[in-house]
Amino acid sequence: MPDIRVVPLGAGQDVGRSCILVTLGGKNIMLDCGMHMGFHDERRFPYFNYITGGNGRLTEHIDCVIISHFHLDHCGALPYMSEMVGYDGPIYMTHPTKAICPILLEDYRKITVDRKGEENFFTSQMIKDCMKKVVPVNLHQTVHVDDELQIKAYYAGHVLGAAMFYMKVGTESVLYTGDYNMTPDRHLGAAWVDKCRPSLLITESTYATTIRDSKRCRERDFLKKVHERVENGGKVLIPVFALGRAQELCILLESYWERMNLKVPIYFSTGLTNKATEYYKLFITWTNQKIKNTFVERNMFDFKHIKGFNRSYIENPGPMVVFATPGMLHGGLSLEIFKKWCTNEKNMIIMPGYCVAGTVGNKILSGMRKIELKPGQIVEIKMQVQYMSFSAHADAKGIMQLIRMCEPENVMLVHGEAAKMEFLKSKINKELHLPCFKPANGETVVITTNPPISAVASVKLLHKHREVTGITPNPKRIKTIHGTVIIKGNNMQLVDSNDAIHELKLKKHELRFTSTVHIPNIHRPTSVAMNQLHGHLKKNLRSHNISINSEENILIDSVLLKAQSPAEEKTDQEGMDVLVSWSMQDEELGTYIMDLLRTGFQTRTT
Amino acid sequence: MKLYNLSASDTCPCVVMKFKTCTIMFDCTLDLSSLNYFLPSCLVNNARLMNLPKWKLKDENGILVTDSDLKECSGKIFVDSSPEFCFPETELLDLSTVDIILISNSHTILALPFITEYFGFHGTIYATEPTHQLGKLLMEELIEYCHRVPKSNQATKWKNRKLKKQLPSSLSSCWDQDVSSWRHCYSSDDLQSALSRMHVVRFAETVSIFGALKVTAYSSGYSLGSCNWLVESDFEKITYLSSSSSLTTHSQPLDSKFLSNSDLLIFTGLTQAPTHNPDSMLAELCSCLGKTVKAKGNVLIPCLPFGLLYDLLECLLSYMETSNIINVPIYLVSPSAKASLALSQINAEWLHPNKQNKAYLPEPPFPHDELIQLGRLKVFSGTFDGLSSGFKKPCIVFAGHPSLRFGDAVHFIEMWRKSPLNSIIFVEPNFSYLDALAPFQPLTAKVFHYPIDTRTNHQDASRLIDSLHPSQVVAPLSYMKAPLTVPHRTDLKLNLGCPMNILEKSAVLSLNVKRKHEMVDLEPELASSLLPSEILPGVLMAPISAQIVTRDNKHILKPIHKRTSIGRKRKFHEEVVHRPLLCGKLNVGSFVENLKQEGLADVKVEEGSAGKIILLQDTVIQIEGDSTHIVCQGNETLRVKLRDILLKNLDGI
Repeated sequence: MPDIRVVPLGAGQDVGRSCILVTLGGKNIMLDCGMHMGFHDERRFPYFNYITGGNGRLTEHIDCVIISHFHLDHCGALPYMSEMVGYDGPIYMTHPTKAICPILLEDYRKITVDRKGEENFFTSQMIKDCMKKVVPVNLHQTVHVDDELQIKAYYAGHVLGAAMFYMKVGTESVLYTGDYNMTPDRHLGAAWVDKCRPSLLITESTYATTIRDSKRCRERDFLKKVHERVENGGKVLIPVFALGRAQELCILLESYWERMNLKVPIYFSTGLTNKATEYYKLFITWTNQKIKNTFVERNMFDFKHIKGFNRSYIENPGPMVVFATPGMLHGGLSLEIFKKWCTNEKNMIIMPGYCVAGTVGNKILSGMRKIELKPGQIVEIKMQVQYMSFSAHADAKGIMQLIRMCEPENVMLVHGEAAKMEFLKSKINKELHLPCFKPANGETVVITTNPPISAVASVKLLHKHREVTGITPNPKRIKTIHGTVIIKGNNMQLVDSNDAIHELKLKKHELRFTSTVHIPNIHRPTSVAMNQLHGHLKKNLRSHNISINSEENILIDSVLLKAQSPAEEKTDQEGMDVLVSWSMQDEELGTYIMDLLRTGFQTRTT
Repeated sequence: MKLYNLSASDTCPCVVMKFKTCTIMFDCTLDLSSLNYFLPSCLVNNARLMNLPKWKLKDENGILVTDSDLKECSGKIFVDSSPEFCFPETELLDLSTVDIILISNSHTILALPFITEYFGFHGTIYATEPTHQLGKLLMEELIEYCHRVPKSNQATKWKNRKLKKQLPSSLSSCWDQDVSSWRHCYSSDDLQSALSRMHVVRFAETVSIFGALKVTAYSSGYSLGSCNWLVESDFEKITYLSSSSSLTTHSQPLDSKFLSNSDLLIFTGLTQAPTHNPDSMLAELCSCLGKTVKAKGNVLIPCLPFGLLYDLLECLLSYMETSNIINVPIYLVSPSAKASLALSQINAEWLHPNKQNKAYLPEPPFPHDELIQLGRLKVFSGTFDGLSSGFKKPCIVFAGHPSLRFGDAVHFIEMWRKSPLNSIIFVEPNFSYLDALAPFQPLTAKVFHYPIDTRTNHQDASRLIDSLHPSQVVAPLSYMKAPLTVPHRTDLKLNLGCPMNILEKSAVLSLNVKRKHEMVDLEPELASSLLPSEILPGVLMAPISAQIVTRDNKHILKPIHKRTSIGRKRKFHEEVVHRPLLCGKLNVGSFVENLKQEGLADVKVEEGSAGKIILLQDTVIQIEGDSTHIVCQGNETLRVKLRDILLKNLDGI
């Protein structure tokens, strides 16, 4: 029986450096190729040596690479993988991902190489070369990777251009969700997938145990807190990634500022802002319905209140709101601002997303008030720390909803923490009765499927049972077909037996049975008895053609019933002998009629 | 398989296919040529048109029928009424039985609300996302044009068949187009309701139709979102080839990879201007336009607000830069111009890779936005939309509608027709420019006809179709022979290597596409219960009996379990049975041997007239070559035993 093998090289019981290897019908597919924010050594990239064994290129081992969205923990290792380890095959991603991904990679490269001075890292040219290998895909477009493997993208909602990927070889299929969001937000729609019934669903489980309250409440909370701070003259820092949540929060603050007529400045760091919003304008078909409907008149991404940020503004007195990158305070401007502002209790930091273990963001969220920012330098944090879950991942409810939507045969959890996964796993086992896996990095899971076997049937054979049942067949009646399977190599054909005999140059053998049955409780004359019999058979064999074609014969489909002329010595005896004659083709019907006559008739007449 | 041609004319395709219990309509195009018989509608009362001489219509007895319906202009008679359209044929087929409608591009969608709202249609419409968006704009524009100048006059009297003879030949020709079925434009409610049935698809997205057929759109390269359709079952393949282009335009290139080797190819999208090369037309258009504006004249280009316009604007702008006339403003006047330009910028995925790459930078794929910012391109929804303030001459105006029967182009033509400095340039290939201009005669402005049609011409189409190797081709009659005006031009007909069928107007075509096979799925339990035996080297055979469950046109075969009855109640054994296949001859010797082994020693073999007869107690077995007849006296146990032994001793397998 065919099987599907899955090995997570990253994101197995962990968040970060997503990279999952799937072997499906003999094809090796790499799902995502991300980096880990919490590490700065070789652990930041997936362990590709697992595939190559430390030598050779990946091209020989991998048939295609699929990137779900542009977040670095899903695509950050891509140039390393394709250019430094070596991979020349196709890389599939959606159009917005293809557009935005190289910018984030370049940004990441700059921080790592130019600021931290690391060597042996990928170069700008490598990013460009890597992007040349990218094949953009559209939503719902069926892409034929080769003759056997096809993939299809579904809308995932998480960030602009995020997609879930469905891949199929023969009868086996896998749906990989990447990161997704089941509730529409201010700028993106909700994830959607049709009932594709994959053999295996690989889903993220970042919020496996959380069931979040309504989005409206969180938004109101967020706005209230920001408003309160700036009224008290405090500064608000919101660390975000340049694309994604940032745009949602901008739309939120922008409309609030307009409604409340506030004048406190809002800044957005990084030169990416303008570029980022430009992407949102060009790929507006990927946003939600409301934005799409109004874009001709008013483009939601033209912000009036939000201005670019300059480093010198850090020291400015007075209240302000600043969006700064990166989102996990692991470097860059957001960390710089944080260092300056964290000692003032009037200020506030709002963490709108998930923070990977090892980052400053993670430390302050876990309640640490004294943090070692540089070796030997411990800073006490006085500013308020708020966590607001705005990151667009599905919560437990959303994950269950997606599983119900696509009806998989097996579920696998990745991109989450082991303990939380365990909870969700038991929930899936209990509520949906589905086998569920949660492999750690490097652990292989083998899933055996038992798919139906496809055969080519002749229309003649399929139409045969229709003829018997007539024009308006009873839908409840079980229909049966009898034919012959011919197997030539991998090709399986289902044909009418006569055609099979003819094709294979065989000679048909006719086998006919004639048997006598004695019906005791029936009275002569023959004609009356036969009419009685006819009525009885009609009652019991409703779906068959029963005709009485002469005084002594009844035909049931092709089974012949014949009243036997009474033998001389038996004339005084009650009852009648009936000859039943059928061919081997009607064996079931023949035996059934024999049974019926022998047992059924007696009890019914008495 | 049957094809129903509902097209109003060969240039306005609407074809219905019945195949495998599904009824599929390809395109529903509105024939706008009926507009030529009407007088233009103006926003403001136009004295010239109002004062045209009336043409009195009298019946055969000389009694006046109507004097206000018809008017004469420069020797031609026009109907003074709100315009009517020629819709697809509706009598040939019950339109409520149509299951799905496939729309290939925004030009072939215009009759949709009519088809879906007035004939009980309750199926689904499929179109690509840009076709949906642009088609909606185009239909909204048509409704707006027709309804913003409601003419009080609804002329009907002239449409009496008895009066046909009284009409001048220029008008009576409308009877060839079945004038009695002409209708007024649909309402915007009709449009809303029709669009609510629409499902958008992407290129190469496969949609299942009741599980019986799969439908996929592939880029046709003609305009934004235009496509060809592939309809396939597991074994049959039908290609609908609509307006396609192999030239480089703004749209994604033609994708014909998956269209080859189909059982049937329906072709409806041939160029309307086969004798005009698009590139040279474009060059002439540019130079003509340059000359006019340099001589301080104005240029009017009647056109639709999208499609060709996107390419035209881009070419024009670079021409204007090179010939140093960038200070001449371009006005784009149409109710949907703004939305159309905005839509073109956000559909990067549907554009040519060159344009796609711009979106990655990120830059808008088209230069429109930049030109609007620079003030070189000005967009107005109509002449009343503040156009007059700051209107600068000389200028270039793109305005609808290209039929010159309604829309803002009518206004401009009335304004500019008298000056010989001005030029009117016709680029839309779907409209006859002489007919369009007829009600504006006499005209002193210069008129140019540079039709730009990027659709395949006869040779390209023949080459394209032949390269797809279809088993047979269906195309309209006019594609198959050279036009009557130039019968010697044999290059103006399709020259195909494959068998052709003619799709005649209002006709039903029965085609020989026989279905021989279907896919079935065998449940694993059933498949593993099969007992194949090798008949020929590499060929295995096994008899099979199965329950067949058909749901959503998918067949699933399930095992039949052996049934044994115990008393009155029947219980089921977990054993899968198959009806054996009997072939070959009975080996009598070993059969008798086996019978003896089973304890049936009382066997007598006798030579009969045609074969052997075996006598066993009161049972008789007659064996004659390829047939055996077992006659027993009601002993079922014995009969079953005999049967099983007999099956073992057939030498066929």
